[in-house]
Parts: sequence; structure tokens; C-alpha cells
Amino acid sequence: MSEVFDVVRDQPFFAGMTEEQIRAVAETARLVSFDEGGVIFVEGGPARRAYLILDGDVALSLRTQEHGAKTIQTLHRGDFVGWSWMYPPYRWSFDANVQSEVTAVQFDGPQLKKISLADPELGYELLKRFTEVIVTRMQALRIQLLDVYSTFR
Amino acid sequence: MSPVPCRILSVKQELQDTYTLEIEPPRDDWSFLPGQYTMLYAFGIGEVPISISGDPSDPTKIVQTIRAVGAVTDALVGLKQGDFVGVRGPFGTDWDTSVAEGRDVLIIAGGVGLAPLRPVVFDVLNHRDRYANVTLMYGSRSPGELLFASQISEWRGRFDLEVLVTVDHGDDAWRGPVGVVTSLIGRSSFDGETALAYVCGPEVMMRFTIQALERKGLTNDRLYVSMERNMKCGIGLCGHCQLERFFVCKDGPVMTCAQMAESCWIREV
Repeated sequence: MSEVFDVVRDQPFFAGMTEEQIRAVAETARLVSFDEGGVIFVEGGPARRAYLILDGDVALSLRTQEHGAKTIQTLHRGDFVGWSWMYPPYRWSFDANVQSEVTAVQFDGPQLKKISLADPELGYELLKRFTEVIVTRMQALRIQLLDVYSTFR
Repeated sequence: MSPVPCRILSVKQELQDTYTLEIEPPRDDWSFLPGQYTMLYAFGIGEVPISISGDPSDPTKIVQTIRAVGAVTDALVGLKQGDFVGVRGPFGTDWDTSVAEGRDVLIIAGGVGLAPLRPVVFDVLNHRDRYANVTLMYGSRSPGELLFASQISEWRGRFDLEVLVTVDHGDDAWRGPVGVVTSLIGRSSFDGETALAYVCGPEVMMRFTIQALERKGLTNDRLYVSMERNMKCGIGLCGHCQLERFFVCKDGPVMTCAQMAESCWIREV
């Protein structure tokens, strides 16, 4: 528990939260690792966890009949992976494949929701951080959609 | 100021539509600063501004990387070794590397925006001891459209330069990051309170990069961008490239965001 707490406390993602709040969050977490070539989750599977990457690289991909698995985005140290546990139908929207050996903090999604409901101030702090991640990713995907390099000279 | 006919020393195809010309300088004392450009004249067709992409410490040739996107650039990339091209310049402001001394340096390029920034990389590496951590972040459309790919590999082998590359769309062979260039900013270690950034790419990419760097603590006097406008005369007379109170050909192309102020956010004129 204390090792997880130390790791969680040191993550920039949680900067600004009180020690008590971080302790509550750390109680839902454990340290995990995944080998290169492994799979963290697959599209359509039940989404109950979130991961904060401590080291390594993760590729989010979608599989289509025409193109096979297509990497949409890669995530790296300090990035959060997965928020499908927050909203119905609680199923992953992508595959998360391990590009290089990953160590991560794994959070229990339902537990995070439970402590957020019990302590709305903590819930707000968490939601602010997850929302920032979602907005940043959405902005990045919008730029990708623009295909800005195709006409740039 | 008339174009001086200069001999083409070599032509190298970089990408499907992008070529690098090495051109004999118009005079013996020819030199340039990183970020400057020349006006290249394809005889009988027209003249366009092209950034210099070579090493500023090598005055024996003008190196220019050109993407074929219209009549003039099509003609320029169609030239062969021994042909002549009209040259005026160098023109414009430079990526002032002296202000980066002692600081962490971020060089952030998108697409062919790496071409005007390559002289900065050369310059910084030529005087590597003057700078703290140096990071090159480069975003491209796809692995097959990475400009100067072999040079990037060479730079990656250095211990005094961090090189981060991402593509918008990977392919089966690509094992690197997929995502926009701004996603690399969080992966680099630099002191946002003092670091200095040189940014070149499509304007929308530069705007988002500026925002991401500001979130990391960089102030607008330490954010340098290269603006692209319709430059014609190169000396601030014709007004084609006017952006508010600036003539981009003369007051730019390289400017700090402090100079630009809100002009960064004005839609293209």
C-alpha cells in the first residue's frame, strides 16, 4: 500500500490533490506490468480499470475488416489509458497493445467512482484531471483529422 | 534587385514530391543565418520564397528543400544538375540561436517545416557546448513522409541530442509514436521556466504547439515561429505578405510570439 501511495503521489497527474485524497485514490490502485507484445484490453471487453503509465509504450488500435489493426494513437510515460469504466456501457472502445514493456498503476474504476461519490470534492478533483486528458486527446485527434501536412509547403 | 543565375550542383529526391537542390552561391562571400530564405526564380515561369535548409557553417553551397505544389515549384524540382536557377537573397529574420545559449532548446517541426529548422539543428550541434538539453520533436503525416529520414537516424545516434518523432498515421512497419507533434512535448524533459522553442510547421500545428508550450511554462518571448505568407519582393515593398503591421518577408519569417502578440490568432490574410 505505501509503495503504491508513494508512486501515485509522485505522479504529475495528481499534483495539487491533498495527501488524504491521494491516499484514498491509492487504495484503489496497484502496480502492474505488461510484457512487450501483450494486450492490456481489447475492444468490446468489460472496462473496469484505468492505467497510468509509469514506463513503456501502449498503442491504441482499432481493427477493421479492410485494414486489420490500425494504430490510432500511442501513449507513453505519464499518460492515462482508459476512461471507458466511467460511462455506460462500460466497454473498451479500442484495443490497447503493449509496444514496449509497460509498468503502470492500475486503478479500479468502480472503486474510483465509489470514493468520488462518497467525497464529491475528491470526485471533482479527479474529474477535472480526466476531463483535461479527454480534451487534450480530442484536440489532438482533431488536428490529425485535419491532415495538416498534406498541403503544407 | 534582379535574380542572379546560379548553377545547380545537385538534386536529391527526399520524398515523392519534395526535392533538395544544392546551388552554387551567387558570390564568394555568400552566407546566411538559420531561418532565412531566398527567392528562387524558375526562368520564364516565376519566383517563390524557399527556406534554406543547409548548414550555415558551409558557405560553399545553398541548400534548399522544395515541395512541388504549383507551377513554379514543379519547375524548380524538375531542374537537373548543371541547370541554372535565379537566386535573390538571403532575406528575412533568423532563428536567433544566441538567445538560447545556456538554456534548454526545443526544436519542434511539422512536415516540411523541418527544412527551415534544419539549419538550427546544424548550428546548435556545431556549438553544442553553448546549450543545455536540446530536443528535436518532429511530426509527420506518415512514416513514408518523414523528411531527412537518414539524417534523423544519424541525429538519434547522438548522446547530446534527444530526437522524438511521431506520425499522424502509422503503417504496419512503424513501431514509433502515433499522434500529433504536441503529444511529444510531455515526453521531453526541459525547464519550462527558461527553455526556448523554435517552431515551424502548418499554422494550425504551430498554434496548438504554442498553447502546449505555454502550459509548460514557456513565455511568448521564448517562443519563436516561422510565418508563411505570400512573399513576393522579399524586401518589404510590395505588401503582398502584410500581416497587420508586419511585412513577413522582411520582419519575418521568424518572429517571437511576443512580437506577434495577437497576430498569431488572426485568420490568414
